[in-house]
Amino acid sequence: MRSVKLELAVGLFVLTGLGALAWLSVKMARMELVGGNFFTVEAYFTSIAGLKPGAGVEIAGVEVGRVDKIVLDVQEFEARVTLKIDNGIPIQEDAIASIRTKGLIGDRYVKISPGASDRLLTSGERLVQTEPSINFEELISQFIHGSAK
Amino acid sequence: MFSLVQRLGSAFLELLQFMGHMFLFLINILWCVVTPRYRPRNLLKQIHFIGVRSLFVIILTATFAGMVLALQGFYILSRFGSEGMVGPMVALAIIQELGPVLTALMVTGRAGSAMAGELGVMRIKEQVDALEVMGINPVNYLISPRLEASIISLPVLTAIFNVVGILGGYLVAVHLLGMSAGTYWGGIESKVGPRDIYISMIKSVSFGVLVAWVCTYMGYYANRGAEGVGRSITQAVVLSSVLVLVLDYFITALML
Repeated sequence: MRSVKLELAVGLFVLTGLGALAWLSVKMARMELVGGNFFTVEAYFTSIAGLKPGAGVEIAGVEVGRVDKIVLDVQEFEARVTLKIDNGIPIQEDAIASIRTKGLIGDRYVKISPGASDRLLTSGERLVQTEPSINFEELISQFIHGSAK
Repeated sequence: MFSLVQRLGSAFLELLQFMGHMFLFLINILWCVVTPRYRPRNLLKQIHFIGVRSLFVIILTATFAGMVLALQGFYILSRFGSEGMVGPMVALAIIQELGPVLTALMVTGRAGSAMAGELGVMRIKEQVDALEVMGINPVNYLISPRLEASIISLPVLTAIFNVVGILGGYLVAVHLLGMSAGTYWGGIESKVGPRDIYISMIKSVSFGVLVAWVCTYMGYYANRGAEGVGRSITQAVVLSSVLVLVLDYFITALML
């Protein structure tokens, strides 16, 4: 009887730990279990300054995906950003991806402005129209040196 | 002058010998872990002692650690006008640092000291020698179950600590300081990645090995007399706590 109780306590203990770990990984770190419910599209930016993998992708302020990875494309010398978009979110082929900042010193995120085309992007395709991130230093120096229109 | 240099040399050699002895002891335990006989009964008892019975103290520590982090974090971050970052700050601090470290320290204080004391008394009462006479390998019988139990218990306790700590932070940030629950959880979800949890687990497993190793070593080689046992417990707790913090720095430096 004593030994059954001991085994039960240990079993329950380990189970609690695994439960805690699972909750941490799935709820907080958003670890995808099998496959995941998303498709990927690629976008090329001339500058992504400050955008990090894991940043949000938003349409009209609603989060619809996240930035998966960012690599430098050595052929075009542009940043190739892979976006994971939730299934069921239509992305038109002429949609515009732009990098924006939340607040003045906040996080960077990718904003997608929907296009008008009937053709929707499928997994692995490329968003052609992009807008690089706004660089405050450049903006200010343009203003100071009078080249801003 | 001459004798001073000599004394320094002798102290250094002693330290070297001590480190070598400890290291050989670790290799001995690890060897006993992988070779028979396996003792699941003893392992179960040790998990119960190290893990299950530390649960209460871990939950208590985690709640208050999370609560004070949220309070202090809110106060500090509000100077920069970024109170919204309280959630990620609490979660990352707990998952990466406080969870593994505080768990290891609490386990050292609760179970490590008991391990050293128990083994020390067994040593001075010649029970260890008696085991040897009976043809039972005392390291296999006494030490390896403790090491295995510690390796299993620490990650489990750390995971529980992380969850409870974040919930404690939630309690203060949302219900006391009036943050919105969405800001708290949303911030955590967007800033905590799988890698943070992975680091947390790596740390807790390493600390599990370290705590069991240091504490059993001190008890197993306790000196004669009640005084020797007392000293071995003190040394076990002090050395294990210090090494946990030192190792924590190096793992962090390596993994970041």
